[in-house]
Amino acid sequence: MVKTMFSRCSLLTLLCVDSANAAEMPLNMTKGVTEISQQVYDLHMTIFYICCGIGLVVFGAMFWSIVHHRKAKGVQPAQFHESTKVELLWTAIPVVILVLMAIPATKTLIAMEDTTKSDVTILVTGSQWKWHYKYLEYPVEYYSLLATPKKQIQNKLAKNQNYLLEVDRPLVIPTGKKVRFLMTSDDVIHSWWVPAFAVKKDANPGFINEAWTQVNEPGTYRGQCAELCGKDHGFMPIVVVAKTPDDFNSWIQAEGDRLAKLKAAEQELLSLQMTMTEAMTLGEKVYLGHCAACHQPTGTGLPGVFPALKGSKMATLAEEKANHINIVLNGKAGTAMQAFGKQLSLQEIAAVISYERNAWDNNTGDLIQAAEIQAAKSGRKE
Amino acid sequence: MSTTSMDHQHADHGHHHPPAGLKRWLYTTNHKDIGTLYLLFALTMFFIGGLMAMVIRAELFQPGLQLVQPEFFNQMTTVHGLIMVFGAVMPAFTGLANWLIPMMIGAPDMALPRMNNWSFWILPFAFAILLMSLFMEGGGPGFGWTFYAPLSTKYSGDSTALFVFSVHIMGISSIMGAINVIVTIFNLRAPGMNWMKMPLFVWTWLITAFLLIAVMPVLAGTVTMVLTDKYFGTSFFDAAGGGDPVLFQHIFWFFGHPEVYIMILPAFGIVSSIVPTFSRKPLFGYASMVYATSSIALLSFLVWAHHMFTTGMPVFAELFFMYCTMLIAVPTGVKVFNWVATMWRGAMTFEVPMMFAIAFIVLFTIGGLSGLMLAITPADFQYHDTYFVVAHFHYVLVTGAIFSIIAAAYYWLPKWTGHMYDERLGQWHFWCSLISVNLLFFPMHFVGLAGMPRRIPDYALQFADFNALISIGGFAFGLSQLLFVWVLVKCIKGGTPATDQVWEGAEGLEWQLSSPPPYHSFTTPPDVK
Amino acid sequence: MTVLNHQPLVRKLILITALMFGFGYALVPLYDVFCDLTGLNGKTSNMAASADKAITDMKRQVTIEFLAKPDPKMPWLFQPQTRQIQVHPGEIKLVYYEAKNPTQALMVAQAVPSVSPGQAALYFNKMECFCFQRQTLKAGEKLLMPLQFYVDPALPEQFSTITLSYTLYDVTQHSPVAQVAAVYPTGK
Repeated sequence: MVKTMFSRCSLLTLLCVDSANAAEMPLNMTKGVTEISQQVYDLHMTIFYICCGIGLVVFGAMFWSIVHHRKAKGVQPAQFHESTKVELLWTAIPVVILVLMAIPATKTLIAMEDTTKSDVTILVTGSQWKWHYKYLEYPVEYYSLLATPKKQIQNKLAKNQNYLLEVDRPLVIPTGKKVRFLMTSDDVIHSWWVPAFAVKKDANPGFINEAWTQVNEPGTYRGQCAELCGKDHGFMPIVVVAKTPDDFNSWIQAEGDRLAKLKAAEQELLSLQMTMTEAMTLGEKVYLGHCAACHQPTGTGLPGVFPALKGSKMATLAEEKANHINIVLNGKAGTAMQAFGKQLSLQEIAAVISYERNAWDNNTGDLIQAAEIQAAKSGRKE
Repeated sequence: MSTTSMDHQHADHGHHHPPAGLKRWLYTTNHKDIGTLYLLFALTMFFIGGLMAMVIRAELFQPGLQLVQPEFFNQMTTVHGLIMVFGAVMPAFTGLANWLIPMMIGAPDMALPRMNNWSFWILPFAFAILLMSLFMEGGGPGFGWTFYAPLSTKYSGDSTALFVFSVHIMGISSIMGAINVIVTIFNLRAPGMNWMKMPLFVWTWLITAFLLIAVMPVLAGTVTMVLTDKYFGTSFFDAAGGGDPVLFQHIFWFFGHPEVYIMILPAFGIVSSIVPTFSRKPLFGYASMVYATSSIALLSFLVWAHHMFTTGMPVFAELFFMYCTMLIAVPTGVKVFNWVATMWRGAMTFEVPMMFAIAFIVLFTIGGLSGLMLAITPADFQYHDTYFVVAHFHYVLVTGAIFSIIAAAYYWLPKWTGHMYDERLGQWHFWCSLISVNLLFFPMHFVGLAGMPRRIPDYALQFADFNALISIGGFAFGLSQLLFVWVLVKCIKGGTPATDQVWEGAEGLEWQLSSPPPYHSFTTPPDVK
Repeated sequence: MTVLNHQPLVRKLILITALMFGFGYALVPLYDVFCDLTGLNGKTSNMAASADKAITDMKRQVTIEFLAKPDPKMPWLFQPQTRQIQVHPGEIKLVYYEAKNPTQALMVAQAVPSVSPGQAALYFNKMECFCFQRQTLKAGEKLLMPLQFYVDPALPEQFSTITLSYTLYDVTQHSPVAQVAAVYPTGK
């Protein structure tokens, strides 16, 4: 038909044009890199083959009938219209097939849900629109955000190979050890999914769920959020790097040290003062990276959804400055405005608030320093 | 639409003529008119929902954000789903029920004709509200047709209120319709029309109607809880107040699962009418078809949490729901086997209704088999919330429910209008639809298995080629439906006059009436042999 | 077969409809009851448990992990004093969570517990818990909040680790402050 030809031509064109960028897509589920993921794959294939078998038998009979039992062939229609024996048979046989499917399925499920005797536990917290990882046995925790540049999403730059599946700080786990995940959420329901591990568990706000995995091979494994969680549901991927236990230990030590140093450095920075230019430059960078998605680069927001900052009372009136700081630090309950207090450094917050109070003709002349943010955080008057 | 009105005056009904023009349609209590209204409304909504699908497929044609922003994309997926479920499929089946049930049981009309009028007319009102919410500041609902809390309660805009109001009205319409169907079938069967003589379409609608009055009120409760959590300080789904977001899912899917059977049982009835006719052979296993349909309906109350395998339920619960879900495959399989057995050693011809019915049997079975795969909990962890699920439900709903509705239209159009439809055009419609619909939905199985989640406006590069194919299939399928509109318009305007019997192998009381039937038919009950 | 008085049947059907609407709402407490009976979603009871099942089983040890999650919009500092302890089933233990209100205003918080694995919640008996009532802290005030519990000796064999997580929510707007009393002694 014309439509098939058209679609074939289009596909050919697309393949020619896009082959440089598009990676090969596997047609089947991944076997993954864990024993459980292999079991899940095997289960999937077993069920699939059974379904194919059923399809072949049923459609085979149908098409045979279509070819041979047609009026055009001059056949006389039979008049039989019931047979208890046959009905019982094709009720009983499917039941048997189902029982045969249910047995390996039950075994695999029980194995998957046994979280006991794990070696490492990680608290995974989903929020709009990023993941947070906290190692319970180590002093390491951090946010993990999509690293794909906005320009690639907006088609202004060519898309890189791991488009939409890359993050700034991946989760790192040791191979050969049972890793337990505790999932929860800070706002709406998200879902943490890594196909290579066959782990998918909802992150429910106010509750914790458990899952576990044991990865055999070092490598990088990518997944995505699997529960609609708002506008950037498609933009909060998961990347897990599995390292050998030795490499993992070195990494986690180094991470712990790095985070401790950052914390110390932040305290030092408190005594340093930014100039207005420094604050505006850093502030603009932070704003574009964390705030502009909702409040827009122009500060005009989205009427009815995300308030404007340009010309707003909160960003221009002196008596609203404390409020402004509070809302950036702690978010606003009942809205999509997140608390940035834990995600950004004191300096970044000071810079972005200064930026918001001076950009777009807001021109308050306010210059906020990190120390002021620190004071607001710990409740002391500056 | 004057074809069903005054042309056939019979001595035994010297009734008033229906008024002409707008008043006729606004005030009608006639089951044929109301059936027509529902069907035309459903067709319109199908195109509106389809337009939204085109927006979705256009954005997903290539990786990157080209046409719409993510917030608007979420509104498109949400309203597309709501319109197709509540505005296209359900009203279409209700339209068929209205047209056919009274004729099939030898009744003069539905039992409650004035409530019937209200059941229809509140629908355009409900959908006007839903569609207008898209133009609100802040946009329309963007939390999926499944509106999980707390996304729908604490993290949504004020369009949620309109969404709730709109769903309430749709629910009231469905409940009133269901009550009407039950009372009609219970009380208005012609003498001799015993339970086990009723056409299967009547049986499936009867069971569907019971499902409707059982679960639509639960949806009403769910949607009210969302409203009060959002605006009136309740905490059904809010952990801070002692509630639980997973509770939402339990209550919603307690409605949601029977709902999908509500959307397929009438299809089973349609196919069970068409296949015997074109096989020139009685339906195989009538009694077991009735029992199978009833079992499916009963079992449908026990499987809701198979939509929730990843929420963190304990193992014994997951096993229970896995086993029950797998069990539903048994009566469903029985029905498929019975249709094939009806065809077996018949003398088949392949007019358009039969083509769509055969396509239904094959493609709905494919959808059912992917459903069986989804039932296997450990495997479901890899399928859940991916395009594998999207493929599954579009197979059962589009090549399932929608194809059966189209088949029904072709099958009964000659009876309703008195004209045969254009067979060649219909065949073109069939083949274009068949090829494009499979190009659209079959590759979704693969992108889902390859790891593409649902409800995302942009995707990783490896999914690009398949998405482009799928989008092309989508545009082609949408365009193909214009052929259907052409067939309809042409048939309504004129065509080869249809006989009363229309189809050589057709059985049932409706084929005893003229084509088109009188405005008021069976005012005296017929003799049922 | 044709019956012309539809009222009795219509009334029955409307009744069923109304009952099902009520059933939808009844699912809410039903869910709670079911969770209480089966520990389905890891919710622990809101009422103090009695000590009558607290017979120590010295042959067994269970690891209890303590987590604290202040809701990110909640500026309080909130953490368990100990991250993890070993207990014998039946042994009564007392642990503390620290909370501090760093803001300039009086605030009221509600802690909501969640236990993982869910079924273990049935066997986690809290005799005294700061989650039983709302906690009020004045500006800058610190508090040491007690949790006294024991693990039911009937805890099935397969559970060797129980994780208890509290999420802390700001409920200041919902509390008539005069009615809320912080009954625990303030820490330093």
